[in-house]
Amino acid sequence: MDERRLSFERFVVGANNRLAAAAARAVADSPGSTYNPLFIYGAHGLGKSHLLGAVAEHLAAHWPDLEVQREDGAHFASAHAGSFASGQLDAFLAGFQRAGALLMDDLQDLEGHPAAQVNLAQIVDALVESGRQVVLSADRPPSDIEHFDEALLRIVSQGLQVDVAAPDYETRAAILRRLLSEEGLSVAPDVVDDLAKREYRDIAELQAALAPLAARQSRPTPQLKTGEFDSFLSDVQVVVQQHVESWRGRLREAIAYWQAEGYRTAVLERALDLPRAPDVSGLTGTFSAAVDHLRNLERQARQVDPSLVGHAVFRDPERMLEAEDLVERALAGGTPAQGPSPAFSREGFEIGASNQMAVHAADAVVAEPALRYNPLVLYGPSGVGKTHLANAIGNALVARAARRDEAGSVACVNAQQLVEELVEAVQKGTVEPWRARYRSVAALIVDDIQFLGRKERTQEEFFTVFNALIESHKQVILTSDRVPADITDLEARLRSRFEGGLVVPIQSPDRPLRERLFARFLQDAGRAPGEDVLRVLGEHPVQSVREIIGVVHRLCAASDVQGVPISVEVVRRELGGPAPTMPTPSMVPVIPSAEPFLDAEKAVWDWPDIGARLIEEIR
Amino acid sequence: MSLVNYATREITCKIVYYGPGRSGKTTNLHYIYGQVPADRKGQMVSLATQTDRTLFFDFLPIDLGMISGFTTRFQLYTVPGQVYYQTTRRLVLQGADGVVFVADSQSRQLDENVESMQDLHANLADHGVDARAIPLVIQYNKRDLPGDLILPVTTLDDALNFRSVPAFAADALHGSGVFETLRGISELVLRRLSATAGTG
Repeated sequence: MDERRLSFERFVVGANNRLAAAAARAVADSPGSTYNPLFIYGAHGLGKSHLLGAVAEHLAAHWPDLEVQREDGAHFASAHAGSFASGQLDAFLAGFQRAGALLMDDLQDLEGHPAAQVNLAQIVDALVESGRQVVLSADRPPSDIEHFDEALLRIVSQGLQVDVAAPDYETRAAILRRLLSEEGLSVAPDVVDDLAKREYRDIAELQAALAPLAARQSRPTPQLKTGEFDSFLSDVQVVVQQHVESWRGRLREAIAYWQAEGYRTAVLERALDLPRAPDVSGLTGTFSAAVDHLRNLERQARQVDPSLVGHAVFRDPERMLEAEDLVERALAGGTPAQGPSPAFSREGFEIGASNQMAVHAADAVVAEPALRYNPLVLYGPSGVGKTHLANAIGNALVARAARRDEAGSVACVNAQQLVEELVEAVQKGTVEPWRARYRSVAALIVDDIQFLGRKERTQEEFFTVFNALIESHKQVILTSDRVPADITDLEARLRSRFEGGLVVPIQSPDRPLRERLFARFLQDAGRAPGEDVLRVLGEHPVQSVREIIGVVHRLCAASDVQGVPISVEVVRRELGGPAPTMPTPSMVPVIPSAEPFLDAEKAVWDWPDIGARLIEEIR
Repeated sequence: MSLVNYATREITCKIVYYGPGRSGKTTNLHYIYGQVPADRKGQMVSLATQTDRTLFFDFLPIDLGMISGFTTRFQLYTVPGQVYYQTTRRLVLQGADGVVFVADSQSRQLDENVESMQDLHANLADHGVDARAIPLVIQYNKRDLPGDLILPVTTLDDALNFRSVPAFAADALHGSGVFETLRGISELVLRRLSATAGTG
């Protein structure tokens, strides 16, 4: 081996040998102070000896007074046996005691030489103990060397063991380029690429692959001689130069290469028909860049949906836009996440004492998404407007993004839907696109998160999505019918994250809010209720906005059937039955507080319908 | 077969000398063989009967060396002219990049020439090759014979060269016209590179 060529500068570092190279460099920089002993192992021909040589070269250059002893397993075993036989063993061993550093290659050759191993263990122990560097190498880990001396194994285990694996494509290509450069050979980049794609057991095979190239390039150019053959040869050369090395030839070379790589080359083939030479280098360079982009897109697609690998759009630079669209859709989960319902707007949300804190938080989120309250958790009983407010925030965020020309969508989904989607994704093997769908949004709104309880897998996936969104400063808004702490079977880590934002209640509407809501919904229904009617309605003990809407529908229907406008009488008659949320149903009509109940006669007299009045009298 | 292999940077041309028996096909190859420097030619394989009539085929590989970065090789074949070696002719013709039709200029051989040309077209058709598309040149050999024994080139053209392909008068025995013919077919074949380049 050419020792002069073994240096760190010439050693090509790749993923396969990065640790080993770094460790060797470290011990060469400061021998004895780190990684002592250093044990490098790996199959034959992967650069272990190169690293040992590089350490020796570096030590010699930077530590000239240091006596570096090089050794290998086979030689040590042989010399050990010889010295033992000649009675010179002590002298042989003493030679190592002088070493400032010991570099021993191919330790596996000590197999079957137990006595040599014992003595080597003593040498290594003494050197390490006295702060002198020892670097060992073998074709396998020390524990795999049969009958390896236990003391030696123990000493080696106290140092650092690093492996050198077979080089990957990138490392092979880098090694080839270095070798070509050192040999003064020049080959086209695609030749290097082609060579690097082949599997090699070791670097020697890689070097051997270059031998034919070296032989070919060192071949003398044929000298033309006089005579018929030479004249013929000269003519052939002219024809070949005209028809092979012309711009069309170079273009065909690129076409042949990319076709062999599996890419559609129609765009290059069309260039062949051009009447004049185009910029072939620019054309092929652009094509190559397009292929790189396609490969990158294909890699992205593989991560979310392996079935997309090999899709025709990734093999045709002319279908780049389709490929980008395909990847974008794949990353977004194929179908975009459901957005907020346009039926709910912030303007349509009535504010009262029962919800003003939530509304204030919602406005802050819209003004500065992900900066103030993230996540924002709205909780309260069913029907109080959590869904309305959450969707209204979503719509406001969509409008904000549109105004600012920002990308990203707002997903608004019910937790039950989230669970169902995930179940379907697991079934179809499309969990990754499902994750991508929600990770790619600019804001995520999940309604009724209490439904996540006992959905372990959904909780796990949602935890990941939640973290990804929060970390990338995307707004998350959640609603629940109870505070997160009360959601049963919700993972503690999720609960703590939910509580880490702002948790605000929305309570049942109070009387003024109820009056406003009744007025609003009745007006929306085309009615013009008087103040007395609203006053009576405001007293109606509803618990939710949904109930108010129900009452309005009921009143409108009664008004239409009877052909009279909604009046206090109509209200009392319609709401006289058991109120939906009243704990004990009563036949007594609801009397506004402003008009306190006086006596049964009045109540009966106010009963507008004579049939109902009679029934009441009978009772 | 692919003429140009850009992956291995090789150009390989298979040229078949076709024609009736005793028209001089093997003589062409012998002359070429004699002119090619020793380091450029492989061993000429010639399977012939004792009466020098080609029994199987002749094969002469010529290494033209590196031309514009391509290792360039010509492979010259002959076919047995005798009618009864039809199968061998068809076999040798397979994968040909170009054909040299060696016609015997003697008047009495005219019918054999025509018959052989028809045979060439039929065999090409059997291989799915359009006879009008494959590079073809015609060599009128034996022009050294007395004028009363041979037909004028124009007459031979009328009888054989209905496609107006390049035609060369030759005396293969003494080498006249041999390399001109080879140069002619080589040029046609190499010009076709632009239409048939592949990866192998």
